[in-house]
Amino acid sequence: MTDRIPPSPTPDPSTQRFWDAAREGKLLIGRNSKTGKTHYPPRPICPFDDEGEVEMVEASGRGTIYSFSIMRAKVPYAIAYVELEEGPRMMTNIIGADFAAIRIGQPVTLKFQPTEGDGYPVPMFTPA
Amino acid sequence: MSIRGKACIVGAYEHPTRKAEDKSVAQLHAEVALGALRDAGLTRADVDGYFCAGDAPGMGPLSMADYLGLNRLTHYDSTDVGGCSYLVHVAHAAEAIAMGKCKVALITLAGRPRSEGVATGTAPRPGDPRQPDVQFEYPFGPAIANMYAMCAQRHMYEYGTTSEQLAWIKVAASHHAQHNEHAMLRKVVTVEDVVNSPLVADPLHRLDCCVISDGGGALVVTSPEIARTLKRPLVSIRGAGEAIKHVDGGRIDLSYTGARYAGARAFEMAGVKPADMKYASIYDSFTITVLMQLEDLGFCEKGQGGKFVSDGNLISGVGRLPFNTDGGGLCNNHPANRGGITKVIEAVRQLRGEAHPAVQVKNCDLALAHGTGGSLGTRHGSATLVLERL
Repeated sequence: MTDRIPPSPTPDPSTQRFWDAAREGKLLIGRNSKTGKTHYPPRPICPFDDEGEVEMVEASGRGTIYSFSIMRAKVPYAIAYVELEEGPRMMTNIIGADFAAIRIGQPVTLKFQPTEGDGYPVPMFTPA
Repeated sequence: MSIRGKACIVGAYEHPTRKAEDKSVAQLHAEVALGALRDAGLTRADVDGYFCAGDAPGMGPLSMADYLGLNRLTHYDSTDVGGCSYLVHVAHAAEAIAMGKCKVALITLAGRPRSEGVATGTAPRPGDPRQPDVQFEYPFGPAIANMYAMCAQRHMYEYGTTSEQLAWIKVAASHHAQHNEHAMLRKVVTVEDVVNSPLVADPLHRLDCCVISDGGGALVVTSPEIARTLKRPLVSIRGAGEAIKHVDGGRIDLSYTGARYAGARAFEMAGVKPADMKYASIYDSFTITVLMQLEDLGFCEKGQGGKFVSDGNLISGVGRLPFNTDGGGLCNNHPANRGGITKVIEAVRQLRGEAHPAVQVKNCDLALAHGTGGSLGTRHGSATLVLERL
Protein backbone atom coordinates (compact mmCIF):
# COMPACT_ATOMS: atom_id res chain seq x y z
CA MET A 1 0.00 0.00 0.00
CA THR A 2 3.01 2.24 -0.42
CA ASP A 3 3.06 4.71 -3.26
CA ARG A 4 6.27 6.35 -2.22
CA ILE A 5 9.01 5.85 -4.80
CA PRO A 6 12.30 6.11 -2.92
CA PRO A 7 15.31 7.94 -4.31
CA SER A 8 18.06 5.69 -5.61
CA PRO A 9 21.12 5.13 -3.45
CA THR A 10 24.44 6.29 -4.88
CA PRO A 11 26.98 3.45 -4.66
CA ASP A 12 30.65 4.14 -3.98
CA PRO A 13 33.59 1.89 -4.92
CA SER A 14 33.29 -0.02 -1.65
CA THR A 15 29.55 -0.69 -1.95
CA GLN A 16 29.14 -1.31 -5.68
CA ARG A 17 29.01 -5.06 -5.05
CA PHE A 18 26.23 -4.62 -2.49
CA TRP A 19 24.06 -2.67 -4.92
CA ASP A 20 24.83 -4.97 -7.86
CA ALA A 21 23.65 -7.86 -5.65
CA ALA A 22 20.52 -5.85 -4.86
CA ARG A 23 19.70 -5.91 -8.59
CA GLU A 24 19.70 -9.71 -8.26
CA GLY A 25 17.44 -9.58 -5.21
CA LYS A 26 20.20 -10.42 -2.76
CA LEU A 27 20.80 -8.61 0.55
CA LEU A 28 24.47 -8.72 1.53
CA ILE A 29 25.78 -8.19 5.03
CA GLY A 30 29.36 -8.10 6.30
CA ARG A 31 30.81 -11.01 8.25
CA ASN A 32 34.20 -11.16 9.93
CA SER A 33 36.12 -14.21 8.67
CA LYS A 34 37.81 -14.68 12.03
CA THR A 35 35.09 -13.87 14.57
CA GLY A 36 32.02 -14.66 12.46
CA LYS A 37 30.36 -11.48 13.74
CA THR A 38 28.04 -9.85 11.21
CA HIS A 39 27.58 -6.14 10.60
CA TYR A 40 25.43 -3.78 8.55
CA PRO A 41 25.80 -1.71 6.43
CA PRO A 42 28.68 -3.83 5.10
CA ARG A 43 32.07 -2.14 4.80
CA PRO A 44 35.55 -3.32 3.86
CA ILE A 45 36.90 -2.96 7.41
CA CYS A 46 35.05 -4.71 10.24
CA PRO A 47 33.63 -2.15 12.69
CA PHE A 48 34.12 -4.50 15.63
CA ASP A 49 37.49 -6.23 15.33
CA ASP A 50 40.91 -5.33 13.97
CA GLU A 51 41.56 -8.95 13.01
CA GLY A 52 39.93 -10.93 10.21
CA GLU A 53 38.71 -10.10 6.72
CA VAL A 54 35.20 -8.92 5.91
CA GLU A 55 33.26 -11.38 3.77
CA MET A 56 30.05 -10.25 2.08
CA VAL A 57 27.44 -12.91 2.73
CA GLU A 58 23.80 -13.14 1.71
CA ALA A 59 21.25 -12.63 4.46
CA SER A 60 18.26 -14.95 4.71
CA GLY A 61 15.89 -12.02 4.36
CA ARG A 62 13.99 -12.98 7.49
CA GLY A 63 13.75 -10.63 10.43
CA THR A 64 11.56 -8.92 12.99
CA ILE A 65 10.58 -5.28 13.46
CA TYR A 66 12.77 -3.65 16.14
CA SER A 67 11.03 -0.27 15.94
CA PHE A 68 9.02 1.75 13.44
CA SER A 69 7.18 5.00 12.84
CA ILE A 70 4.48 6.02 10.40
CA MET A 71 5.56 9.26 8.77
CA ARG A 72 2.45 11.35 8.21
CA ALA A 73 3.74 12.82 4.97
CA LYS A 74 1.63 13.60 1.88
CA VAL A 75 2.37 10.02 0.89
CA PRO A 76 2.64 8.33 4.30
CA TYR A 77 5.27 5.63 4.78
CA ALA A 78 6.45 3.28 7.50
CA ILE A 79 10.11 3.67 8.40
CA ALA A 80 11.60 0.95 10.58
CA TYR A 81 14.60 -0.81 11.96
CA VAL A 82 14.36 -4.51 11.17
CA GLU A 83 16.51 -6.95 13.13
CA LEU A 84 17.81 -9.56 10.72
CA GLU A 85 17.93 -13.22 11.68
CA GLU A 86 21.73 -12.89 11.41
CA GLY A 87 21.82 -10.14 14.07
CA PRO A 88 22.21 -6.69 12.52
CA ARG A 89 19.44 -4.11 12.73
CA MET A 90 18.94 -2.16 9.51
CA MET A 91 16.99 0.93 8.56
CA THR A 92 14.26 0.12 6.04
CA ASN A 93 10.61 0.60 5.17
CA ILE A 94 7.71 -1.74 5.91
CA ILE A 95 5.57 -2.17 2.81
CA GLY A 96 2.40 -4.04 1.94
CA ALA A 97 1.12 -3.66 5.49
CA ASP A 98 -1.83 -1.99 7.13
CA PHE A 99 -0.07 0.82 9.05
CA ALA A 100 -2.35 0.32 12.05
CA ALA A 101 -1.37 -3.34 12.30
CA ILE A 102 2.42 -2.88 12.35
CA ARG A 103 3.96 -4.04 15.63
CA ILE A 104 7.38 -4.27 17.21
CA GLY A 105 8.46 -7.91 17.16
CA GLN A 106 6.42 -8.69 14.06
CA PRO A 107 8.13 -11.17 11.65
CA VAL A 108 8.89 -9.70 8.23
CA THR A 109 10.54 -10.81 5.00
CA LEU A 110 12.75 -9.04 2.52
CA LYS A 111 11.29 -7.48 -0.60
CA PHE A 112 13.42 -5.30 -2.84
CA GLN A 113 11.67 -2.24 -4.21
CA PRO A 114 12.46 -0.17 -7.30
CA THR A 115 13.75 3.38 -6.90
CA GLU A 116 13.43 6.58 -8.91
CA GLY A 117 14.77 6.66 -12.45
CA ASP A 118 15.48 2.90 -12.67
CA GLY A 119 17.96 3.28 -9.84
CA TYR A 120 19.23 0.47 -7.63
CA PRO A 121 16.48 -1.47 -5.85
CA VAL A 122 16.48 -1.03 -2.08
CA PRO A 123 15.82 -3.66 0.61
CA MET A 124 12.41 -3.25 2.22
CA PHE A 125 10.34 -5.66 4.28
CA THR A 126 6.79 -6.92 4.27
CA PRO A 127 4.85 -8.86 6.95
CA ALA A 128 5.82 -12.56 6.83
CA MET B 1 43.97 16.77 34.67
CA SER B 2 40.44 17.90 35.46
CA ILE B 3 38.92 21.19 34.32
CA ARG B 4 36.79 21.38 37.47
CA GLY B 5 36.79 24.98 38.64
CA LYS B 6 39.27 26.07 35.95
CA ALA B 7 36.92 28.38 34.05
CA CYS B 8 33.79 30.48 34.45
CA ILE B 9 30.98 31.50 32.14
CA VAL B 10 30.92 35.30 32.41
CA GLY B 11 28.83 36.26 29.40
CA ALA B 12 25.56 34.81 28.15
CA TYR B 13 23.23 36.30 25.59
CA GLU B 14 20.19 35.02 23.73
CA HIS B 15 19.04 36.91 20.66
CA PRO B 16 15.47 38.14 21.15
CA THR B 17 14.49 37.52 17.53
CA ARG B 18 12.53 34.46 16.52
CA LYS B 19 12.13 35.51 12.88
CA ALA B 20 15.00 37.39 11.27
CA GLU B 21 13.86 37.97 7.71
CA ASP B 22 15.96 41.11 7.33
CA LYS B 23 19.22 39.82 8.84
CA SER B 24 21.99 37.55 7.61
CA VAL B 25 23.27 34.55 9.55
CA ALA B 26 26.69 36.17 9.94
CA GLN B 27 25.04 39.33 11.23
CA LEU B 28 23.15 37.32 13.84
CA HIS B 29 26.45 35.75 14.94
CA ALA B 30 27.92 39.23 15.30
CA GLU B 31 24.91 40.53 17.26
CA VAL B 32 24.99 37.67 19.76
CA ALA B 33 28.78 37.96 20.08
CA LEU B 34 28.50 41.59 21.09
CA GLY B 35 25.55 40.80 23.34
CA ALA B 36 27.50 38.20 25.32
CA LEU B 37 30.63 40.35 25.55
CA ARG B 38 28.56 43.31 26.77
CA ASP B 39 26.92 41.03 29.33
CA ALA B 40 30.38 40.02 30.58
CA GLY B 41 31.73 43.57 30.59
CA LEU B 42 34.33 42.66 27.98
CA THR B 43 35.04 43.76 24.42
CA ARG B 44 36.07 42.09 21.19
CA ALA B 45 39.64 43.18 21.85
CA ASP B 46 39.64 40.84 24.85
CA VAL B 47 38.74 37.75 22.80
CA ASP B 48 41.63 35.38 22.08
CA GLY B 49 39.63 32.17 21.74
CA TYR B 50 36.75 31.57 19.31
CA PHE B 51 34.40 28.61 19.01
CA CYS B 52 31.70 27.96 16.42
CA ALA B 53 30.06 24.97 14.73
CA GLY B 54 28.32 24.06 11.50
CA ASP B 55 25.76 26.86 11.72
CA ALA B 56 28.55 29.41 11.22
CA PRO B 57 28.95 30.16 7.52
CA GLY B 58 32.35 29.45 6.00
CA MET B 59 35.23 27.09 6.63
CA GLY B 60 35.39 26.34 10.34
CA PRO B 61 35.99 29.59 12.22
CA LEU B 62 37.67 31.41 9.30
CA SER B 63 34.85 33.45 7.80
CA MET B 64 33.37 34.34 11.16
CA ALA B 65 36.74 35.38 12.62
CA ASP B 66 37.12 37.64 9.57
CA TYR B 67 33.55 39.02 9.72
CA LEU B 68 33.68 39.58 13.48
CA GLY B 69 37.09 41.22 13.22
CA LEU B 70 38.73 38.87 15.72
CA ASN B 71 42.44 39.64 15.35
CA ARG B 72 43.97 38.20 18.51
CA LEU B 73 42.94 34.56 18.29
CA THR B 74 45.46 32.18 19.81
CA HIS B 75 42.99 29.30 19.98
CA TYR B 76 39.93 28.20 18.01
CA ASP B 77 37.76 25.12 17.67
CA SER B 78 34.93 24.33 15.27
CA THR B 79 33.93 20.93 16.64
CA ASP B 80 30.53 20.19 15.14
CA VAL B 81 28.30 17.61 16.76
CA GLY B 82 25.06 19.39 15.88
CA GLY B 83 22.92 20.92 18.58
CA CYS B 84 25.17 20.04 21.52
CA SER B 85 28.32 21.51 19.93
CA TYR B 86 28.16 24.59 22.17
CA LEU B 87 28.23 22.57 25.39
CA VAL B 88 31.25 20.77 24.00
CA HIS B 89 32.71 24.19 23.19
CA VAL B 90 32.29 25.36 26.78
CA ALA B 91 34.22 22.29 27.96
CA HIS B 92 36.88 22.70 25.28
CA ALA B 93 37.18 26.39 26.10
CA ALA B 94 37.70 25.52 29.76
CA GLU B 95 40.42 23.05 28.73
CA ALA B 96 42.12 25.65 26.54
CA ILE B 97 41.95 28.23 29.33
CA ALA B 98 43.30 25.73 31.87
CA MET B 99 46.18 24.98 29.49
CA GLY B 100 46.91 28.67 28.96
CA LYS B 101 46.05 28.55 25.26
CA CYS B 102 43.62 31.43 25.55
CA LYS B 103 42.14 33.69 28.23
CA VAL B 104 38.76 34.86 26.92
CA ALA B 105 36.78 32.44 24.75
CA LEU B 106 33.76 33.46 22.69
CA ILE B 107 31.22 30.87 21.51
CA THR B 108 28.53 31.84 18.99
CA LEU B 109 25.53 30.16 17.37
CA ALA B 110 22.98 31.66 14.97
CA GLY B 111 20.68 30.68 12.17
CA ARG B 112 17.44 31.48 10.37
CA PRO B 113 15.74 28.21 9.39
CA ARG B 114 12.32 29.79 9.94
CA SER B 115 12.92 32.61 7.47
CA GLU B 116 14.49 30.15 5.06
CA GLY B 117 11.40 27.93 5.25
CA VAL B 118 13.28 24.80 6.26
CA ALA B 119 11.02 21.80 7.01
CA THR B 120 13.45 20.84 9.72
CA GLY B 121 11.87 17.80 11.26
CA THR B 122 9.79 16.31 8.50
CA ALA B 123 11.84 16.51 5.29
CA PRO B 124 14.46 13.79 4.78
CA ARG B 125 17.78 15.46 4.00
CA PRO B 126 19.93 13.88 1.29
CA GLY B 127 23.26 14.63 2.98
CA ASP B 128 26.69 14.18 1.45
CA PRO B 129 26.74 11.00 -0.70
CA ARG B 130 30.25 10.30 0.59
CA GLN B 131 28.87 10.02 4.10
CA PRO B 132 28.96 6.21 4.39
CA ASP B 133 25.51 5.85 5.98
CA VAL B 134 23.58 7.98 3.46
CA GLN B 135 23.11 5.33 0.72
CA PHE B 136 21.81 2.87 3.33
CA GLU B 137 19.44 5.30 5.03
CA TYR B 138 18.27 8.15 2.79
CA PRO B 139 16.20 5.96 0.41
CA PHE B 140 13.95 5.03 3.35
CA GLY B 141 12.98 8.61 4.20
CA PRO B 142 14.66 9.25 7.55
CA ALA B 143 13.61 12.66 8.89
CA ILE B 144 14.43 14.04 12.31
CA ALA B 145 10.87 13.45 13.54
CA ASN B 146 10.56 9.80 12.51
CA MET B 147 13.99 8.94 13.89
CA TYR B 148 13.06 10.25 17.34
CA ALA B 149 9.63 8.67 16.91
CA MET B 150 11.26 5.25 16.58
CA CYS B 151 13.00 5.88 19.92
CA ALA B 152 9.63 6.76 21.46
CA GLN B 153 7.97 3.70 19.93
CA ARG B 154 10.69 1.44 21.32
CA HIS B 155 10.56 3.13 24.73
CA MET B 156 6.82 2.57 24.88
CA TYR B 157 7.34 -1.10 23.93
CA GLU B 158 10.12 -1.75 26.46
CA TYR B 159 8.91 0.33 29.39
CA GLY B 160 5.21 1.02 28.88
CA THR B 161 5.77 4.76 28.45
CA THR B 162 2.63 6.56 27.24
CA SER B 163 1.88 9.54 25.00
CA GLU B 164 0.26 11.21 28.03
CA GLN B 165 3.50 10.94 29.99
CA LEU B 166 5.47 12.45 27.09
CA ALA B 167 2.88 15.23 26.89
CA TRP B 168 3.67 16.30 30.47
CA ILE B 169 7.06 17.47 29.23
CA LYS B 170 5.45 19.89 26.78
CA VAL B 171 2.97 20.96 29.45
CA ALA B 172 5.83 21.85 31.81
CA ALA B 173 7.68 23.76 29.08
CA SER B 174 4.54 25.73 28.26
CA HIS B 175 4.02 26.65 31.92
CA HIS B 176 7.47 28.23 31.81
CA ALA B 177 7.13 29.80 28.35
CA GLN B 178 4.06 31.80 29.38
CA HIS B 179 6.41 34.09 31.33
CA ASN B 180 8.93 34.53 28.49
CA GLU B 181 7.99 37.50 26.32
CA HIS B 182 10.23 36.23 23.52
CA ALA B 183 8.89 32.66 23.47
CA MET B 184 7.25 31.50 20.25
CA LEU B 185 4.57 29.45 22.05
CA ARG B 186 3.37 31.19 25.21
CA LYS B 187 0.01 29.48 25.57
CA VAL B 188 -0.19 27.02 28.45
CA VAL B 189 -1.19 23.63 27.05
CA THR B 190 -2.68 20.53 28.64
CA VAL B 191 -1.89 16.85 28.24
CA GLU B 192 -5.06 16.58 26.14
CA ASP B 193 -3.90 19.41 23.86
CA VAL B 194 -0.69 17.52 23.15
CA VAL B 195 -2.14 14.07 22.56
CA ASN B 196 -4.97 15.51 20.46
CA SER B 197 -2.62 17.46 18.20
CA PRO B 198 -2.02 15.82 14.81
CA LEU B 199 0.44 12.95 14.54
CA VAL B 200 3.64 13.93 12.77
CA ALA B 201 5.45 10.60 13.03
CA ASP B 202 3.74 8.00 15.23
CA PRO B 203 3.77 8.14 18.19
CA LEU B 204 4.95 11.78 18.19
CA HIS B 205 2.36 14.52 17.81
CA ARG B 206 2.85 18.03 16.57
CA LEU B 207 3.10 19.34 20.13
CA ASP B 208 5.74 16.74 21.00
CA CYS B 209 8.04 18.62 18.62
CA CYS B 210 10.15 21.72 19.21
CA VAL B 211 9.62 25.00 17.38
CA ILE B 212 11.46 26.10 14.26
CA SER B 213 12.93 29.51 14.92
CA ASP B 214 15.54 32.01 13.86
CA GLY B 215 17.92 33.54 16.34
CA GLY B 216 21.07 32.66 18.18
CA GLY B 217 23.09 32.90 21.32
CA ALA B 218 26.59 33.41 22.58
CA LEU B 219 28.70 32.62 25.63
CA VAL B 220 31.93 34.02 27.01
CA VAL B 221 34.20 31.73 29.04
CA THR B 222 37.24 32.93 30.93
CA SER B 223 39.55 32.06 33.81
CA PRO B 224 38.34 32.42 37.43
CA GLU B 225 41.01 35.13 37.90
CA ILE B 226 39.62 37.30 35.11
CA ALA B 227 36.04 36.44 36.10
CA ARG B 228 36.65 37.88 39.58
CA THR B 229 37.60 41.23 38.04
CA LEU B 230 34.22 41.43 36.27
CA LYS B 231 30.92 42.50 37.78
CA ARG B 232 28.90 39.38 36.99
CA PRO B 233 28.01 36.58 39.43
CA LEU B 234 30.55 33.75 39.21
CA VAL B 235 29.29 30.72 37.31
CA SER B 236 31.97 28.06 37.43
CA ILE B 237 32.31 24.97 35.24
CA ARG B 238 32.40 22.17 37.78
CA GLY B 239 32.02 19.16 35.53
CA ALA B 240 31.87 18.33 31.84
CA GLY B 241 31.40 15.21 29.81
CA GLU B 242 30.93 14.34 26.16
CA ALA B 243 30.17 11.18 24.23
CA ILE B 244 29.17 9.85 20.83
CA LYS B 245 26.66 7.06 20.33
CA HIS B 246 26.01 5.55 16.90
CA VAL B 247 24.48 2.71 14.93
CA ASP B 248 27.29 0.37 16.00
CA GLY B 249 27.54 -1.80 12.92
CA GLY B 250 23.86 -2.66 13.11
CA ARG B 251 23.66 -3.19 16.87
CA ILE B 252 21.84 0.08 17.50
CA ASP B 253 19.94 0.18 20.78
CA LEU B 254 17.25 2.87 20.68
CA SER B 255 16.44 2.55 24.37
CA TYR B 256 19.17 4.91 25.58
CA THR B 257 21.24 7.94 24.55
CA GLY B 258 24.85 9.07 24.84
CA ALA B 259 23.77 11.00 27.94
CA ARG B 260 24.47 7.78 29.83
CA TYR B 261 28.20 8.36 29.25
CA ALA B 262 28.40 12.17 28.98
CA GLY B 263 26.40 12.62 32.17
CA ALA B 264 28.38 10.06 34.15
CA ARG B 265 31.64 11.74 33.11
CA ALA B 266 30.39 15.19 34.08
CA PHE B 267 29.03 14.06 37.45
CA GLU B 268 32.25 12.20 38.22
CA MET B 269 34.36 15.27 37.49
CA ALA B 270 32.01 17.49 39.50
CA GLY B 271 31.79 15.09 42.45
CA VAL B 272 28.03 15.54 42.68
CA LYS B 273 24.92 13.51 41.92
CA PRO B 274 21.84 14.18 39.79
CA ALA B 275 19.80 14.67 42.98
CA ASP B 276 22.07 17.60 43.91
CA MET B 277 20.93 19.61 40.86
CA LYS B 278 18.59 22.50 41.68
CA TYR B 279 17.80 23.11 38.01
CA ALA B 280 18.35 21.27 34.71
CA SER B 281 18.41 22.46 31.12
CA ILE B 282 17.64 19.35 29.08
CA TYR B 283 17.82 19.28 25.29
CA ASP B 284 14.26 19.18 24.03
CA SER B 285 14.05 18.70 20.29
CA PHE B 286 11.13 16.41 21.13
CA THR B 287 9.45 15.34 24.35
CA ILE B 288 11.03 11.88 24.03
CA THR B 289 14.48 13.49 23.89
CA VAL B 290 13.93 14.92 27.38
CA LEU B 291 12.52 11.74 28.83
CA MET B 292 15.35 9.52 27.63
CA GLN B 293 18.07 11.97 28.64
CA LEU B 294 16.62 12.38 32.14
CA GLU B 295 16.85 8.60 32.58
CA ASP B 296 20.32 8.37 31.09
CA LEU B 297 21.62 11.27 33.20
CA GLY B 298 20.42 9.39 36.27
CA PHE B 299 17.57 11.64 37.43
CA CYS B 300 15.46 8.48 37.57
CA GLU B 301 15.90 4.79 36.82
CA LYS B 302 15.90 3.54 33.24
CA GLY B 303 12.34 3.10 32.10
CA GLN B 304 10.91 5.30 34.87
CA GLY B 305 11.13 8.54 32.86
CA GLY B 306 7.41 8.52 32.10
CA LYS B 307 6.50 8.48 35.77
CA PHE B 308 9.23 10.99 36.61
CA VAL B 309 8.01 13.69 34.22
CA SER B 310 4.30 13.28 35.03
CA ASP B 311 2.10 15.50 37.15
CA GLY B 312 4.17 18.63 36.75
CA ASN B 313 7.39 17.26 38.20
CA LEU B 314 9.41 19.42 35.77
CA ILE B 315 7.51 22.67 36.50
CA SER B 316 9.39 25.27 38.50
CA GLY B 317 7.81 25.79 41.92
CA VAL B 318 5.71 22.66 41.51
CA GLY B 319 7.92 19.67 40.83
CA ARG B 320 11.18 18.22 42.05
CA LEU B 321 13.25 19.09 38.98
CA PRO B 322 12.57 22.49 37.37
CA PHE B 323 13.68 22.20 33.73
CA ASN B 324 13.97 24.56 30.75
CA THR B 325 12.49 27.52 32.56
CA ASP B 326 12.78 29.68 29.43
CA GLY B 327 10.28 27.39 27.70
CA GLY B 328 13.07 25.47 25.99
CA GLY B 329 13.09 24.34 22.40
CA LEU B 330 9.58 22.99 22.84
CA CYS B 331 8.08 26.46 23.34
CA ASN B 332 10.68 29.23 23.33
CA ASN B 333 13.39 28.98 20.75
CA HIS B 334 15.46 26.49 18.74
CA PRO B 335 17.82 28.79 16.85
CA ALA B 336 19.53 27.26 13.80
CA ASN B 337 17.76 23.99 14.71
CA ARG B 338 20.37 23.70 17.45
CA GLY B 339 19.23 24.11 21.01
CA GLY B 340 22.50 23.64 22.86
CA ILE B 341 23.52 27.20 23.54
CA THR B 342 20.13 28.25 24.89
CA LYS B 343 20.37 25.33 27.33
CA VAL B 344 23.55 26.82 28.79
CA ILE B 345 22.18 30.37 28.72
CA GLU B 346 19.10 29.52 30.81
CA ALA B 347 21.23 27.53 33.28
CA VAL B 348 23.46 30.61 33.66
CA ARG B 349 20.39 32.81 34.21
CA GLN B 350 19.17 30.45 36.93
CA LEU B 351 22.55 30.37 38.68
CA ARG B 352 22.80 34.15 38.55
CA GLY B 353 19.26 34.53 39.84
CA GLU B 354 18.33 36.30 36.60
CA ALA B 355 15.63 33.94 35.33
CA HIS B 356 12.08 35.29 35.18
CA PRO B 357 10.88 35.69 38.80
CA ALA B 358 7.94 33.38 38.13
CA VAL B 359 10.29 30.51 37.29
CA GLN B 360 13.47 31.41 39.21
CA VAL B 361 14.59 28.50 41.40
CA LYS B 362 15.34 29.62 44.95
CA ASN B 363 19.00 29.43 45.96
CA CYS B 364 19.98 27.88 42.65
CA ASP B 365 23.66 27.14 43.20
CA LEU B 366 24.09 23.95 41.20
CA ALA B 367 22.65 23.36 37.74
CA LEU B 368 23.00 21.00 34.84
CA ALA B 369 22.88 21.66 31.12
CA HIS B 370 22.68 18.77 28.71
CA GLY B 371 22.60 18.65 24.93
CA THR B 372 22.16 16.20 22.09
CA GLY B 373 23.28 16.78 18.53
CA GLY B 374 22.49 14.70 15.47
CA SER B 375 19.83 12.03 15.82
CA LEU B 376 18.98 9.70 18.67
CA GLY B 377 17.66 7.36 15.97
CA THR B 378 21.04 6.95 14.30
CA ARG B 379 24.17 8.75 15.52
CA HIS B 380 24.51 11.62 17.94
CA GLY B 381 26.77 13.58 20.21
CA SER B 382 25.89 14.13 23.86
CA ALA B 383 27.37 16.76 26.13
CA THR B 384 26.78 17.56 29.78
CA LEU B 385 27.89 20.50 31.91
CA VAL B 386 27.57 20.79 35.68
CA LEU B 387 27.65 24.49 36.54
CA GLU B 388 28.03 26.04 39.96
CA ARG B 389 27.48 29.51 41.36
CA LEU B 390 30.47 30.40 43.51
